[in-house]
Amino acid sequence: MKHSMKLPLYITVATFVLAYAACVAQYPNMLSSRVIANLLTDNAFLGITAVGMTFVILSGGIDLSVGSVIAFTGVFLAVVLRDTSLHPLSAFALALLIATVFGAAMGATIHYLEMPPFIVTLAGMFLMRGLAYVLSTESVPIDHAFYGWLQSLYWQAPGGGRFRITGLLLLVTFGVAMVVLHRTRLGRNVYALGGSAQTAQLMGVPCARTTIAIYAISGGLAGLAGIVFSLYTSAGYSLATVGTELDAIAAVVIGGTLLSGGSGFVAGTFFGIMIMGLIQTYIVFDGSLSSWWTKIVIGGLLFTFIMLQKGLAWLTTARIPRANGSTARS
Amino acid sequence: MQSDPKPVLHATGISKFFPGVIALDDVELQLYPGEVHALLGENGAGKSTLIKCLTGAYPRDAGVIMLDGAEINPKDPLSSQAAGIGTVYQEVNLLSNLSVAENLFLGRQPRRFGMIDQRRMLRDSKDILAQYGLSIDPAQLLSSYSIAIQQIVAIARAVELSGKVLILDEPTASLDREEVELMFSVIRRLTARGLAVVFITHFLDQVLAICDRATILRNGCVVGTRKLAEVTQTEIVTLMLGRQLEAATHHHERRETGDVLLSLRGFGKRGAIEPFDLDIHTGEVVGMAGLLGSGRTETCNAIFGAQPADQGEARLRGSPLRISTPREAIRNRIALCPEDRKTEGIVGDLSVRENIILSLQARQGWYRPLPRAKIEEIAQSYVKALDIRLANLDTPIRLLSGGNQQKALLARWLATEPQLLILDEPTRGIDVGAHAEIIALIERLRTQGMALLVASSEMEELVAYSTKIVVLRDRRQVGALTGDDISPNAIIRAIAAEEEPRA
Amino acid sequence: MIRSTLRRVTPQLIILALILALNMVMFPGFFHVEVHNGRLFGNLIDVLNRGAPVALLSVGMTLVIATRGIDLSVGAVMAISGAVAASVITGGASWIVAVLAALGAGALCGLWNGVLVAVLRIQPIVATLVLMVAGRGIAQLLTEGAILTFNDPGLVRLGGGTILSLPTPIWIWIGVAALVGLVVRRSALGLLIEATGINERSARLAGINARVLLIAVYLVAGLCAALAGVVVAADIRGADANNAGLWMELDAILAVVIGGTSLLGGRFSITASLLGALIIQSVNSAILMSGMAVEFNLVIKAVIIITILVIQSPRVRHWIYLLRASSGPGPMPRQPASRTPKIEEGRP
Repeated sequence: MKHSMKLPLYITVATFVLAYAACVAQYPNMLSSRVIANLLTDNAFLGITAVGMTFVILSGGIDLSVGSVIAFTGVFLAVVLRDTSLHPLSAFALALLIATVFGAAMGATIHYLEMPPFIVTLAGMFLMRGLAYVLSTESVPIDHAFYGWLQSLYWQAPGGGRFRITGLLLLVTFGVAMVVLHRTRLGRNVYALGGSAQTAQLMGVPCARTTIAIYAISGGLAGLAGIVFSLYTSAGYSLATVGTELDAIAAVVIGGTLLSGGSGFVAGTFFGIMIMGLIQTYIVFDGSLSSWWTKIVIGGLLFTFIMLQKGLAWLTTARIPRANGSTARS
Repeated sequence: MQSDPKPVLHATGISKFFPGVIALDDVELQLYPGEVHALLGENGAGKSTLIKCLTGAYPRDAGVIMLDGAEINPKDPLSSQAAGIGTVYQEVNLLSNLSVAENLFLGRQPRRFGMIDQRRMLRDSKDILAQYGLSIDPAQLLSSYSIAIQQIVAIARAVELSGKVLILDEPTASLDREEVELMFSVIRRLTARGLAVVFITHFLDQVLAICDRATILRNGCVVGTRKLAEVTQTEIVTLMLGRQLEAATHHHERRETGDVLLSLRGFGKRGAIEPFDLDIHTGEVVGMAGLLGSGRTETCNAIFGAQPADQGEARLRGSPLRISTPREAIRNRIALCPEDRKTEGIVGDLSVRENIILSLQARQGWYRPLPRAKIEEIAQSYVKALDIRLANLDTPIRLLSGGNQQKALLARWLATEPQLLILDEPTRGIDVGAHAEIIALIERLRTQGMALLVASSEMEELVAYSTKIVVLRDRRQVGALTGDDISPNAIIRAIAAEEEPRA
Repeated sequence: MIRSTLRRVTPQLIILALILALNMVMFPGFFHVEVHNGRLFGNLIDVLNRGAPVALLSVGMTLVIATRGIDLSVGAVMAISGAVAASVITGGASWIVAVLAALGAGALCGLWNGVLVAVLRIQPIVATLVLMVAGRGIAQLLTEGAILTFNDPGLVRLGGGTILSLPTPIWIWIGVAALVGLVVRRSALGLLIEATGINERSARLAGINARVLLIAVYLVAGLCAALAGVVVAADIRGADANNAGLWMELDAILAVVIGGTSLLGGRFSITASLLGALIIQSVNSAILMSGMAVEFNLVIKAVIIITILVIQSPRVRHWIYLLRASSGPGPMPRQPASRTPKIEEGRP
């Protein structure tokens, strides 16, 4: 049955490949290292956020605060670099620390006060957005030699694509997340919590620690995404990345992860992000299509993938009891 | 069997009090290595409370637990497991979204350089499962295997983590015969390794087949510990039931029944219950006997439309009837008190009053609310008639005891004035007093001309109130008893009748 | 009945009174109401007026949450209905037709959500996410990305007009809330909704038509959202598909939660949710009026909300109960919704 669990992942990958092929068939220019490099660069911050969201959703939770955390981190970096002589690297470390601690605090609230993640992270979303406002309501430009240096780092691929450091960071984040989720006890505990928190607790999973870790990871990755976003825009703006949490959730669902938790792959999220990026690229290439088609198509994709999951779940529950009467005996 | 005279587990003086009740009173339990020890008793006798005290799920109020000669004080199931006592419950407490191997190793996966060593985990899992006679692929999802396999994986995990005492709480309740045999072979392997196994079940034949000794509980007290080789089944049953048995069975006068109310022909649902014929008359109690999983609940659900039948026909007072939802059943004045009170019966946060009038209101439709005075009158009258004990009618029903919840559910259905009342395990998990009252109520409703269909695993109870008993086995009707033929022995014979190889 | 409602909403009343009192201390003119050109002016009126969209949304949201659901799409539905109303009226139809068309759009959206939840059995949060994401795109499709402005006096009156000196939106939300509240509580609908939310399986087996009930509840939420969308569009005399109702679903959910209706379904109170909406709005206007610190707006709001939610969390309530129990006998504790196995009930 392992393949039935991976089927949504395969379908996501196939969707991406087919969609890309269709795009290329219409606009052969889309098959270039430039498009691929831009897909990575443009979606780096969203992709990193979605990795954290995958952890949260796999555990059966949700994190609405990530968009605000990204904005806060961006403004924080901009203000710190403007008003202090702190080196960007130290500022990065500080921002990551704040975001991680903030996430951990939400996790602790969810676990110890037994409040629904939806409400806790909703409050966190308001809080972080508000703190970003407090730091600055204006867009604060970042003008630092180190930023310029980081932005100038890229690898020029044949065909003109510039693979930047943020794109690399995106790939590394996905790689590390895959290892953590599949090869560490923490990762397996995330799946265990998503399967059934009560059973996981009975089986000795440290629920408190795991829940706090999950939201800390999500917060920390949102912080990292904030750093990437500030590199991408060279500014910090408290009104930026409103609604990013929705895009991240959508990417996770399109990537084949069950919103009820316990089943899914972070690799799927990667392709979810790429599909969403592809839609935008296509609309840019087309030129005549309006931007709102992105939302409609993503909504449609969401619906399709949810129905697909539903259908798969239905098929497996309908089939298993019969199928195993005979195969299960040794 | 107990070659070793020193008990591995010795619990003495275990007592547990709940507000107003003594759930366990000075209970003693001794387990020897290599024995299978049955824990017997009726529902509410204190079996599960005892288990929960031993595993630390409940704090005990008195008593000492000695494991291997040393006192232990488990504060939760995890710590008792670490001390050496593993527990496996009827419903599999594993994670179906993880692989078999991960379920075996969750929290203690073998690691190399900080990473989980997948290959070693799979290899070790294979080795462990082989000890239980299973050669399944541990990389597969747990949910892709049958309940029996999952149950054995749960046992394997519990044994790996504890290793001295294994408590099996109704592990066979949802298994078929072959699966029970598989389970028994696993238990024998474990006792051969020197484990002490506590076996809790309602099936006496299984107790006799696998257990060495039995401790029998009644009303929270130990009424005896016996070597099973030295006692008869009757003796055990007498110990379990005390004097209740005679009280419940003695009256057996002729019972007049009325016209045919519901007539089923070739009625069934694929995968749930084989087609069967059944006539239910007014003023008749049809009992349904059979082991767990024999199709009793499925039959009830099919008639009520909760799992609608997909073959055969039904006639109500002679006219054809199609029921595909509970609503249609209720409209035809058929009622069902389901087996699982908590998840299918009560609406926990609603008051007792609201729970009582819920079905009547649902049948009336939302636009025709029952007047407050009427609601009050109905609720009050049933609370009085059924002797539901509560502080006031506003009490959320979840705060009531099992017996009172059951009576409130009966009130809900009686308020709809059904012509056919289906009761699925009406006396499960309720106290002795309420038990007797519900049996008396069944009798009273019958004499008032209602038709009842009662499924129960308690044979004496069925014998006491049924005018006709149908016996189910393996999702099939295998016999029917009427009049003077009705007796516990006859039921057992009917259940056992076709045990011989099926053609 | 009135007394039990009062008792139910006491915490919300206290919180609202506290916030209003605080407002009065900080801004002595807060309660000042004056008549100007036959229209009432004043901060209090402002709270009631500006609170209209969230109040309207919270009516439908309360019912949805009572069934253990959630509707994330109401903000997007507001955008859709505003866009529909605007495009109908700019097409030359009368304002009544425009409002009916908007309501029709809202009903369709609600029906879509309801069918996904009740028939296809998709988790409500996922099911309504679809429309939340796609809905705003659909609204933009209708307005073709621009802000569709209109000047029809009939429609504008719904947002900016007055009836008996009181702004129309106040009448609308009070009217809708009263209508829904009456229908739900005077019929058996409230009981059936609560039963379904607490234990859907039991409810179905007790003969409740849970499927139709669920669809109806999402339908009502869609209709409420449509009205809110019309009010907002009428207020600014245009449909702004980008910003109309943006993130308002979150405010509506908060209003319901502050109103004490559990996200796990069951017992609900529309009155309490309305008070929740007013609490949110008075916090908003207090912060707005304080003038000096617009930036602190969200932070203060977040802190207040977190405080209210923490006080209401089952675990904290349980702690409070334990504190009280240790000082004297109290009522039976409500079992905290804990992850530990429930203790079996004692016998009488």
